Amino acid sequence: MARNIRLLIGTRKGAWICRGDSSHADWVMEGPIHLGQIVSHLVVDRRTGGTMLMAVATGHLGPTIFRSTDGGGTWVEAKRPPAFEKTTDSAIARAVDHTFWLENGHAGEPGVWWAGTSPPGLFVSEDDGVSWDGVSGFNDHPLYREWVPPDAGTPDGPLLNQVVIDPRDARHMYIATSTAGVFETTDRGASWRPLNKGVEASFLPDPYPEFGQDAHFIALAPSMPDRLWQQNHCGIYLLDRPEVTWERIGRAMPPEIGDIGFTIVPHPRDVDAAWVFPMDGTEVWPRTSPGGKPAVYGTRDAGRTWKRQDNGFPAEQAWFTVKRQAFCADDEEPLGLYLGTTGGEVWMSADEGGSWRNIGAHLPEIYSVVAAPTP
Amino acid sequence: MIFVSLPSQLHSYSGGVSRVEARGETVDMVLTDLDRCFPGIRFRIIDEQNRIRRHMRIFVGRDAVTDIDRAVGDADEILIFGALSGG
Repeated sequence: MARNIRLLIGTRKGAWICRGDSSHADWVMEGPIHLGQIVSHLVVDRRTGGTMLMAVATGHLGPTIFRSTDGGGTWVEAKRPPAFEKTTDSAIARAVDHTFWLENGHAGEPGVWWAGTSPPGLFVSEDDGVSWDGVSGFNDHPLYREWVPPDAGTPDGPLLNQVVIDPRDARHMYIATSTAGVFETTDRGASWRPLNKGVEASFLPDPYPEFGQDAHFIALAPSMPDRLWQQNHCGIYLLDRPEVTWERIGRAMPPEIGDIGFTIVPHPRDVDAAWVFPMDGTEVWPRTSPGGKPAVYGTRDAGRTWKRQDNGFPAEQAWFTVKRQAFCADDEEPLGLYLGTTGGEVWMSADEGGSWRNIGAHLPEIYSVVAAPTP
Repeated sequence: MIFVSLPSQLHSYSGGVSRVEARGETVDMVLTDLDRCFPGIRFRIIDEQNRIRRHMRIFVGRDAVTDIDRAVGDADEILIFGALSGG
């Protein structure tokens, strides 16, 4: 049944909520919320549609988490935001620069949330985002300094950029990092092992290391959680567990476009369908739409073929890209797709990528877009 | 009591007030006391390793503070600034 949609938009200068009706015809932009705060991620509890969390920092102030339990009307700061353990050893002293990713816990664990930070750290809240504790199994792992080399990172710092939870088992989770690739746990974070076989790291002497890859984004196929999609710094990959070797399905992308991008969106019902937004990863890595011609590419056959979907996007001279958390789907039929650009525009497709429409403009650089039903 | 001057970036914590009073014998203690009045404010200025955040500046009078263990007395005023942090 069609429902009204709200897009939760995090930007470099605050957050906005864009509300649309079920026909996808009319959209209203509401905000700003916390104008001037750097909002890396704005999410709502998918289990309940209730609590909203916002990961913020500013150019000056340290990072924190804001919570709302009234649909975004009012916001209260977390009592204890994610922070590493205090240490007297300055050589290993870490401080959270910003929380990058917020993930609600397993459906069987109400009130549990997970957070990934920069520098890479994994944190958990058991009280609906009010207080946060470090997950020692990752943050204090003996190999942490190898997984997170001191000089590693993105222009925005090294990231633990995603937490993904197996809907069948709360103890089975994946995380993605920008410094060591993908890791898996089967004991709810107590122990972790790299899951990067077959994934290239072209920027290292060994191009296929056990860890060291830059996993831009990973996603489970919602209707088949053994299927993992990955948009990596070095291509698009697919992995069907229990296999452990990723297949570079991005090889089937047009060579002039390549398979570099920040994010990938799987279809919630069609296990073989997913969408990417390629960016220019040639020479000095402009990270813009290739040739200034933005397009989504979609697959319906698990990456064997890709179809360009650019109807509605500017035909030329459009140099934006789409960051990790800024591309998403709703669960309508047909599927709605939404993306926010580095140029502050919001685009949507009501027909699974067949055509695109600009539904918001003139926002600051967009970091995240989350589609959620209106409660 | 020690006067503390707060920059605009922290006025959401202080209810818009730019000059407040707090107790303590060091900058650290004053900021901790400030946090009791305005929960969360200390962590926005000082990280979990007790370091002053990169784009914040703290002065005692005209003396720049680099270590929050610096002693302060009743005649001192602590000034907190948001430094230049780019666009």
